[in-house]
Amino acid sequence: MGTNSEKGMGVIVKTVTKLTLGFILLYGIYITLSGHISPGGGFAGGVIIALSFVHVMLAFGKDAALKRLRPPGLRLVISGAALVFLAMAIIVPQGRVFDSEVIVPLCEAAIVGPGLFVIFVALVLLSKADKDSE
Amino acid sequence: MTIYLLCLALFSVGLYCVLRKRNIIKIIIGIGIMEYAVNLFFALIGYRAQGRSPIFAPDQAIRNMVDPLPQAVVLTSIVLGLSVTLMLVAVAIRIYERYGTFDITKITRLKG
Amino acid sequence: MLEIHLILFFMIAAAIIAVEVKDLLSSIIAVGAVGIGLSMAFLVLKAPDLAIMQLVVEILSLIILIRATIRKDLPFSASGRWAFNTGATVVFFAVFLVCAYMALKGLRAFGDPLMRVSQAYLAEGPAKTRALNIVSAITSNFRVIDTLGEGVALFTAIIGILAVARKVGHKKKK
Repeated sequence: MGTNSEKGMGVIVKTVTKLTLGFILLYGIYITLSGHISPGGGFAGGVIIALSFVHVMLAFGKDAALKRLRPPGLRLVISGAALVFLAMAIIVPQGRVFDSEVIVPLCEAAIVGPGLFVIFVALVLLSKADKDSE
Repeated sequence: MTIYLLCLALFSVGLYCVLRKRNIIKIIIGIGIMEYAVNLFFALIGYRAQGRSPIFAPDQAIRNMVDPLPQAVVLTSIVLGLSVTLMLVAVAIRIYERYGTFDITKITRLKG
Repeated sequence: MLEIHLILFFMIAAAIIAVEVKDLLSSIIAVGAVGIGLSMAFLVLKAPDLAIMQLVVEILSLIILIRATIRKDLPFSASGRWAFNTGATVVFFAVFLVCAYMALKGLRAFGDPLMRVSQAYLAEGPAKTRALNIVSAITSNFRVIDTLGEGVALFTAIIGILAVARKVGHKKKK
């Protein structure tokens, strides 16, 4: 494509990203936590959180973004959420309808959000590696 | 009934694209269009004429809601469709690295 | 219900454009138009949860499709073994359309759902789960095992993509 993706985009895009990044993240968390009252829920909130990370990566380039959001921390979040899901799967068949307004959406968002961002990083790094080796 | 036929037409456009196109990215686009058609079909089945969205208000008693069960099913289906699309894109990039083209008639060698 | 028909016509037109255009970037953007039309259709069908979900998922898949697959040179060709493909496609489409039409005739009229299970969910939903959004109550309380299965499927997709995208070396010699 036109722009070199190592350095990111121009100065206007970087400034606007710095201003709106907090709002997008806050919106994602809001949709996750208010899923039991208004439309939303864990999955939509998780995808919005992933989109905020992707926004940072598109605007600032790959290296600057990965310095802030380190992959080992993301893997820890995904694994923790998967383990909590597993614990819920062991508890639920005992028949009780439990308090699921906070735990279930947070687990969903914690799997979906960092997971989709890790997928994006892997696919972009894959295609970039191919471009460099041509 | 007409609207179900229109949904079937959208599904056939996607199916035609999967069957007849040679570019892998076009096939991924066709699979995406088929997913959209199926999710739309589920949402159409659960619709009630002059219904309201399935969210209660704490001070009103709402009698005519649309069916919430197909919507819960479609919520799962959208996420699974996304993961299938991402997996296809990853495989397509790998194929491009290995063969240098997206054309499916040139991917004939089986050895790794 | 004129809006639904108009939105569906728009989606079919955009889908035909996406399938037939030769340039890959234009066809990916046309699929984006189909997705946004679908999100509007979900709003008209009184499903706001689905509208939010469809919009953000489609944005993410468009970004990944454009970012990961658009390259500088893409050879196009349309030759070889085409007659067999045409014949098989025509036969398959004829059988498929006949069966689909017979299946669609047996559905109830549009706008009149059979809500046998949903009546129970709507009746006892707010009382038992303290949730006002019934779709959220179904996915996170009454049918949470389905959500768990979806989490497992997404987790498997993440692991699968990370396994496929591993750097195993440069292009081998042909």
